[in-house]
Amino acid sequence: MNSKETGDVILLAHGDGGLLTHQLIEKYFLPQFKNRFLETLTDSATFPSKSGKMAITTDSFVVDPIFFPGGDIGKLAVCGTVNDLAVSGAKPLYLTASFIIEEGFPLSDLKKIVISMAKTCREINLPIIAGDTKVVGKGQADKIYITTTGVGYILDEARLGYNRIKPGDSVIVNGTIGNHGLSILVERESFRFDTAIISDCAPLNGIIQKLLKRFEGIKFMRDLTRGGLATNAKEIAVAAGFDIWLDETDIPIKKEVKGITEMLGLDPLYLANEGTFLTVVSNKDAEGVIQLLKKHPLGKDSAIIGRVSKGKGDGDVFLKTQLGGSRRLSMLTGAPLPRIC
Amino acid sequence: MELDKKLLKKVIELSKRVTEKKGRKIYLMEVCGTHTTAISKSGLRSLISDTIELRSGPGCPVCVTDQSHVDKIIALARQHPVVIATFGDMVRVPGTHSSLERERARGAQVEIFYSPHEAILFAKKNPRKEIVFLGIGFETTAPAIAMSIADAHNQGIKNYSVVALHKSVPPVMRALLDDEDLHVDGFMLPGHVCTITGRKIFDFISSEYSIPAVIAGFETTDILQAIYLLLEQFFSGRVQTINAYTRLVHEEGNGKAKKIINEFFETVDTAWRGFGFIPDSGFCLKPDYAYYNAEKRFSVEVGESSMPEGCSCGDVLRGKMKPFHCPLFGKTCTPANPVGPCMVSSEGACAAYYNYSDW
Repeated sequence: MNSKETGDVILLAHGDGGLLTHQLIEKYFLPQFKNRFLETLTDSATFPSKSGKMAITTDSFVVDPIFFPGGDIGKLAVCGTVNDLAVSGAKPLYLTASFIIEEGFPLSDLKKIVISMAKTCREINLPIIAGDTKVVGKGQADKIYITTTGVGYILDEARLGYNRIKPGDSVIVNGTIGNHGLSILVERESFRFDTAIISDCAPLNGIIQKLLKRFEGIKFMRDLTRGGLATNAKEIAVAAGFDIWLDETDIPIKKEVKGITEMLGLDPLYLANEGTFLTVVSNKDAEGVIQLLKKHPLGKDSAIIGRVSKGKGDGDVFLKTQLGGSRRLSMLTGAPLPRIC
Repeated sequence: MELDKKLLKKVIELSKRVTEKKGRKIYLMEVCGTHTTAISKSGLRSLISDTIELRSGPGCPVCVTDQSHVDKIIALARQHPVVIATFGDMVRVPGTHSSLERERARGAQVEIFYSPHEAILFAKKNPRKEIVFLGIGFETTAPAIAMSIADAHNQGIKNYSVVALHKSVPPVMRALLDDEDLHVDGFMLPGHVCTITGRKIFDFISSEYSIPAVIAGFETTDILQAIYLLLEQFFSGRVQTINAYTRLVHEEGNGKAKKIINEFFETVDTAWRGFGFIPDSGFCLKPDYAYYNAEKRFSVEVGESSMPEGCSCGDVLRGKMKPFHCPLFGKTCTPANPVGPCMVSSEGACAAYYNYSDW
């Protein structure tokens, strides 16, 4: 094997903690992730903390394909964890990243992924302060898996909880739904459509922080990842003990998403999103929230899509159809699209 | 949408006049599973339920696949080191003892494809693997299966074969109409199937059995329009098989597609779930293409097939039972844990009623 070949792909030795591991860190990770916490390269990163309530979350990313329109597994690994913190009312402070890489994975692809992670982190000023790399044999993993853990502190203004949700509250989404799930499917199945379906993958902490600082009427938030709008609305309704009525006419869905999902027999209400959140807002703040959202690039398609109502206490979610009928929405069953995140 | 609402109003008004004239509710059957799903999704069923009852028919390809055929496919996945290539719906259909989903968990190779063309590309890329495509569907997808065999034949792809279980819709319509216990006042015919078969082949519904039929598209507007055209026939007294999906369906259908079906397949008697054997209703590969017939290439041992106790998929497919009248519906049989195929397939009536809470 000549040196060029060994330089092209990940080898088992890149994960053995020896010379190649060090080279991998020095050449691929450090230049991109560089920050004062990580640079020490000690067994654990030490960092100052804030007083008050902290939040921590962890998530593994196994999306297939690893590159898709609007993002890649690296960007997704940052956004997914950041968004989980953000919808909990936390400001993200630090991130860790752990990579499981399949032997033979092209180093050029690893570089692209690392650059994309670093770019997303820079945009939101979030340092990756610890990390790990393991390599498994060919066929023992599919290309690359990334686990990120995020730590943040709960904003003073954030008072989020199911218990604050009351009948009459408005249900708002910040943008169109179904884009991520469909973009993955279209990419995976190599369908050839005239219009590209672009994932909504984006970090939501900035826009959410703005909302929380301005409106005390924001009572609950949830990012609409796996299971999509319908499943997440159902979970919220059950936990709050009230019904949610959504209006099909008001739910923002891109025309091309509508068209392709109809063709493939999918329901956009159940497709995953990676830069879309739902918030339950007191009626008096609803219009203000929309006005603020509309000014932000991640909120320009925002809309009030429904209302909380008293119901019988079962936590049902109803969709008022465009035709004027109604149907009950339940949680996603089965997994029509595995490995979307 | 405003148009739909206006059309809905007209449908309701006319249906009231028809029910007054008949002295009872009107029973219409939507034969196609895609119609069932579209109707449930729009919330239409409950909006017209005072005067019209819509019943689902044998129009979901996975659902009408007989249990013995499902068992054969599962046995094939278990007994031979092949790659089962299939449309997604088939994976979770329970056979007598197992499902493809379970076999996959045990190590069988099952790949989901959206078209047989993709399976051909997969076969080309993986010359050491035997790819078996599950040919399940109606006239709509039969030409694509035929094309894939043509591709394999012309390109010398030896590691591709098909389980030919495609079915023809006109014979099952006749089986429905010959059923004396079935009370249906009119049929909404499957738009997609008719793009291939054409309108004329369904003329017998109105001419021989004096029951109105309308070929419908899949938008809410199409469905409302079809219902309106059915209702009108009860008044005019002129019973016809009307093509209301003229933007895609022609009198004689798609000549090219029909030609390729005839080139590769011959019709045989075949078993349908809920119906038993229906004469000339199955598409079997012609002897010239026996090489691509997976059933000839791989022999399997299959035990006796049976349906789980209480499963009413057969009755649902024959329009005899509404999904929610099945004792298992929503209790032991749900999309997460399906007992029968009608709860699995995205075109299955039980899944549509359950997922869109249409009961």
